[in-house]
Amino acid sequence: MSPAILLVLALGLGLAGWLAARARAWTFRRDSATGRIAALPNYHGWYVALWIVIPVLLFIGLWSIIAPQLVTQSVLAAPAASDLPSFGFQRNAILSEARSVAIGNSSGVFNPAAAALVEPYRDALAKFNLIGVLATLIIAFLTGVWAFLRIKPDFTARTRVERAVMAILLFASLVAILTTLGIVVSLVFETIRFFGMVSPLDFLFGTHWGPDPMSNPDNPDPSRYGAIPLFWGTIYIGAIIAMIVAIPLGLMSAIYLTQYANPRLRAWIKPALEILAGVPTVVYGYFAALTVAPAIRDAALAVGITNASSESALAAGLVMGVMIIPFVSSMADDSIAAVPQAMRDGSLAMGATTSETIRRVLVPAALPGIVAGIMLAISRAIGETMIVVMAAGAAANLTGNPLEAMTTVTFQIVAMLTGEGSFDHPATLSAFALGFVLFMVTLGLNFVALRVVKRFREAYE
Amino acid sequence: MVTVVHPNMEKADAKMSARDVSVYYGDKKAIDDVSIDIPTKYVTAFIGPSGCGKSTFLRSLNRMNDTIPSARVEGEITLDGEDIYRSKMDVVQLRARVGMVFQKPNPFPKSIYENVAYGPKIHGLASGKAELDEVVEKSLRRAGLWAEVSDRLDDSGTALSGGQQQRLCIARAIAVDPEVILMDEPCSALDPIATAKIEELIDELNGSYAIVIVTHSMQQAARVSQRTAFFHLGKIVEYGRTSDIFTNPLEERTKDYITGRYG
Repeated sequence: MSPAILLVLALGLGLAGWLAARARAWTFRRDSATGRIAALPNYHGWYVALWIVIPVLLFIGLWSIIAPQLVTQSVLAAPAASDLPSFGFQRNAILSEARSVAIGNSSGVFNPAAAALVEPYRDALAKFNLIGVLATLIIAFLTGVWAFLRIKPDFTARTRVERAVMAILLFASLVAILTTLGIVVSLVFETIRFFGMVSPLDFLFGTHWGPDPMSNPDNPDPSRYGAIPLFWGTIYIGAIIAMIVAIPLGLMSAIYLTQYANPRLRAWIKPALEILAGVPTVVYGYFAALTVAPAIRDAALAVGITNASSESALAAGLVMGVMIIPFVSSMADDSIAAVPQAMRDGSLAMGATTSETIRRVLVPAALPGIVAGIMLAISRAIGETMIVVMAAGAAANLTGNPLEAMTTVTFQIVAMLTGEGSFDHPATLSAFALGFVLFMVTLGLNFVALRVVKRFREAYE
Repeated sequence: MVTVVHPNMEKADAKMSARDVSVYYGDKKAIDDVSIDIPTKYVTAFIGPSGCGKSTFLRSLNRMNDTIPSARVEGEITLDGEDIYRSKMDVVQLRARVGMVFQKPNPFPKSIYENVAYGPKIHGLASGKAELDEVVEKSLRRAGLWAEVSDRLDDSGTALSGGQQQRLCIARAIAVDPEVILMDEPCSALDPIATAKIEELIDELNGSYAIVIVTHSMQQAARVSQRTAFFHLGKIVEYGRTSDIFTNPLEERTKDYITGRYG
């Protein structure tokens, strides 16, 4: 029996408990002199249902982890298992083959050694499934009855359900946080492994990037792992070129939308701008690679620059800038709109024009919010991958010429992880170190941005 | 119904005049056919129950209603005989001549100095830093704030107390040397001591500027103004010398309001 069926069973038992407890609570209500009980019958129902479902779910979770091991243990104890090779890969292969036949995922065995184990496997699975179901029923029954017996007219089921609801919500929010922590931990471990092979100093300050996944993994050449060109490419494309496009355009569109556009126009333009944020980045990538990059090359050739590359930092940066406009403009829009109307009125009443009011009062007052928006936009831009993969090229050039191909941290993460090197090769592991650095930088930017926004909100409350 | 104008009100030069002014918000008529002369160098108080249109009328005197898209003004309002709603009127110039102080103090989130220097800067009233310093000091002195802030002009204007903020806003309005100052319930957000200071200040400014003050407090109107107009349901019911309005109202509704029977 699979966990899915156990799950359905648990929910069914929960429903039964709910109905039973509710019916019992109704009788209290009918029998009591005042017709008042400490909680509505539904709360009593939920109380019992939660007491059934949550322990059972915990048990199922635990059982689905330990049951396979118990099954394997009992198969190994069978006489047919004595012929198995004692260690390693082959032993595991035979066991998993026997297992998949026993479950019914595959019809026959290749390895004759596995054939003998199919029958013990089948027996063990049946036995432990039965144990699982019985244990589920027993647990549900015990906790359900215990909860059911606690129901009395003066039992405060309502506040207890409230507490359970809070616990469930807390669990939901912890999932995201724990996932983030898990990401950090996994990155840290692989990064430490990488730094065991290549010194962090060579990595962070070296100016030549060219890991060779085919080289001897035990003796990497640290001079090929200098990430400065990648950092430079990332900053040049994401934080410089893209921002030269996104900051003025985003800010101006926000100002137009909040201060000049009439409501009907605003109702059209704002969603249209937000659509930009919803375009998949791979589509921007096409646009950058197929339209913008050739156009830039042709333009460069037309003005006499002969060595223009068909993949360029400029193309990737420009398109990325357009992609980022909605981020800048919606944050700027929000923070300009959050400046109290009284500021605007005060300035207009002094005889300032609308544009003077914007320049001298609204934008300075909204500046923290605008800066925070720009920081979030930068962290988004330097983490962006598809556009640079398609349009920026792969060459790790350390140059200030925007017409040359450049590469970024994200591009190299993709290149290294999808490359031909084995997983424990330093070239592959370098992807984790790059990811770790990128993660730290974007985390820092987001952290600062959120702090700034918080301070800004407080200023107007 | 026609506004009752007290007959014994001595003739005074009209700084601003409204003739048959109606103000609409969308289809709703907020001000209905109001005519009034605002005298030069006096304090005129607008009193009346909430929602009677006094603030709306005040805002139409420097065209601040323009900032509300649905607002529309009919009739004629003149400043020194010039129609302020004519198409060639420069709203920016008008507002420099007719300043405004709001209900809630609204200093800009800049330094005290920058708050006062804002108007002179945008209107080019001072050439050079020394002259600007002078304008700022003069305005703060006139607003009675100089002694309290002279040693911390670089602090943020929003860090001042409510009463100080409101005086800062008055200093800011004075700094562009207006001819008329409109005050929209300038003390309603302030405590009694801060209120007394603002009233003192209004007394001092009286004579240099035509001041129009909207107030909910009849005592305040009696204390600071020489002329009072009683607004009710978008009309001016009665207009005359403050002493006459409060001691000898001609209209039943005015009497009811000032004796506190409604409002």
